[in-house]
Amino acid sequence: MLDILFIGLSLGSILLLVALGLAITYGAMGVINMAHGEMVMIGAYVAVLSGIWLKASLLLAIPLAFVVTALLGLLIERVVVRRLYGRLLDTLLATWGIAILLQQAVRLEFGLSFFGIHVEGLGAGLQNVAVPSYLQGTFRLASADINAYRTFIIAVTAALTLMTWFILYRTSAGMQVRAIIRNPKMAGACGIDVKRVNAMTFAFGSGLAGVAGVMMSGFKTVFPDMGTTMVVDGFMVVVTGGVGSLFGTILSSGLLGEINALVAIGTNDILARAVVFGVVILVILVKPSGLFSFKGR
Amino acid sequence: MVFNRREFLKTAATASAALALPALGSRAFAADAIKVGALYSQTGGLSVAEKLLANGVMMAVAEINAAGGVLGRPVEVVVEDGASDPKTFSEKASKLILKDKISTVFGCHTSASRKAVLPIFERRGAMLFYQTHYEGFECSRNVVYSGAVPNQQLSNYIPWIVEKLGKKKFFIVGSNYVYPREMAKVSKKLIEAAGAEWVADEYLELGHSEWAVMVSKIKESGADVVLSNVVGDSIIAFYREFKNQGLSQEVLPICATVTSEIEIAAMGAEYAAGSYTSFPYFMSIDTPANKSFIDRFRTFVNDPKAVTYHSLEAAYFQVFLWKQAVEKSGDLSADAIRAGIRGQTYEAPGGKVTTDPDNLHCWLTPRIGQWQADGQSKVVNAYPAPIKPLPYSAYGETESNLFCTSNGLDAAKLKG
Repeated sequence: MLDILFIGLSLGSILLLVALGLAITYGAMGVINMAHGEMVMIGAYVAVLSGIWLKASLLLAIPLAFVVTALLGLLIERVVVRRLYGRLLDTLLATWGIAILLQQAVRLEFGLSFFGIHVEGLGAGLQNVAVPSYLQGTFRLASADINAYRTFIIAVTAALTLMTWFILYRTSAGMQVRAIIRNPKMAGACGIDVKRVNAMTFAFGSGLAGVAGVMMSGFKTVFPDMGTTMVVDGFMVVVTGGVGSLFGTILSSGLLGEINALVAIGTNDILARAVVFGVVILVILVKPSGLFSFKGR
Repeated sequence: MVFNRREFLKTAATASAALALPALGSRAFAADAIKVGALYSQTGGLSVAEKLLANGVMMAVAEINAAGGVLGRPVEVVVEDGASDPKTFSEKASKLILKDKISTVFGCHTSASRKAVLPIFERRGAMLFYQTHYEGFECSRNVVYSGAVPNQQLSNYIPWIVEKLGKKKFFIVGSNYVYPREMAKVSKKLIEAAGAEWVADEYLELGHSEWAVMVSKIKESGADVVLSNVVGDSIIAFYREFKNQGLSQEVLPICATVTSEIEIAAMGAEYAAGSYTSFPYFMSIDTPANKSFIDRFRTFVNDPKAVTYHSLEAAYFQVFLWKQAVEKSGDLSADAIRAGIRGQTYEAPGGKVTTDPDNLHCWLTPRIGQWQADGQSKVVNAYPAPIKPLPYSAYGETESNLFCTSNGLDAAKLKG
């Protein structure tokens, strides 16, 4: 039983890892960021490239990917998203376009492949990341063999969640963000620089996606399309948990992960996925605003 | 690399010249070039795998042309892009056959794309050469199948696993679509015939890469061997999760039917070391012909680290089978090619191959490879000679009771 619960926890932590950044960009800023999955992908490629070119380990790739994707997020916010606040459908389309651009950029090696230059680690093919040997295999804990890499993911997810909570609820910048979530105009009227805070928030959310990418690269294949399915799972978690609620996102990812694991063990993975989507639909039907939500905007 | 304007122009000029080259070539060959089609995905999700196959075909054609062509005429390849989409495949197949008046097309990789183009080839009377190992259950007079069918991957594999590895309990796992399900069907028959049992037959969604639950089920199942028909990038996540959950290939080996040199290179060799795959061709086959093939392929694609694998080898040798068929019957029509290719034999890089006179599939030599720490396989078992392809083996077809003959499919046998 312990190992099933552990698998559920692990599935939940992977969902949360992707959803955490979305909870901030979508939840807090009301931007449907379809390029979020591509931020995960870019993060994974940072891990691949730093492994090949800098001979850096996976651990070092984590801060590196955070910085790269945060800067990229900042750029996207400045150039595109900033002009589209409050226009939900337009942000959806624009960020989807960005997502395709990013995928193709990686696939075409930022255009270099046209000149016959091949950068190792980029391109349309499958890439992989070397995982340090102490994160492979298992360790024993109370009569169960626990998967080391998945434990590592859970730990990193917990650390990122704590950090996000701390920033949102214990710093003055976080207070400004929360004020903007509730009512951006009122926040602006109180002297908060809404534009600047939004840009920072978007960059932070993107950076979290980048870290998620590094973690994914350790046990999934890295390729240009890898982010597309993840963004669906991410939105599923955020919508179920309640838009704008960090606690709701944490709880719903844990819940969906455990449901997935329990149903999959009892029956099979294909049915488990259907059940998870069924639960999400039920939640949205019964509580349209998600499990945890508050009035705002 | 720094570009100044002049160098940029030079590169651009070379690039455009390279693009224009096929057209130039055809003009130089004048009107008497023989046109064939190459229909693979050049774009989209499947392009990584299919471009390699297209390269195999292009290389064979280049070698044929260098040696004087077919019937004294050069061969010109018309390349079309299936764009990873079965509908596009069928449109492009129509274009090749109707507009370009081509009677031979090398192409398709997935069963979905082959099924999409099949009616066109049958109605318009053209020949398709298909190189990928597939699930069988097809008997078209318009397709030459150069890849393995289930009996060529499994008939030596399962008895060998039971007898030589001493395994008794199989856990069958696959991606959820037709190929793995048909493979499982054939496997179960063979497992029972070998006196072993299967404890589970489980599937994961195509392209899905979360293996935590499945691997934990394998662990709990009491199975002593895993038979994997998993395809695509799921393979990589599967082998990684397998190791990460503490399972060892020595105790509980994965015996795969799809995992090739390509996937091994993409997952990192340490994850697959010790596991097995059954294929008619491995890059590690130690013959001068194969060594030369690998060298020529690496030169052709200009990548000193390129790997060769079963489908690529089949994509390459099918062009030579076609050449011999055309030369035998002296005509380019589909009927002539079909008549000429029956029983045609060629010394492929992996050994002798023969097109079966009955069902137009290829006689291939089943081999079992064990993956080593360097990402290459060690061939641990091989049939002494090529064996007959039986596309309906899952439904009871045997060498003495053929379902698919040169007259087509005997549907009565399929029902009985």
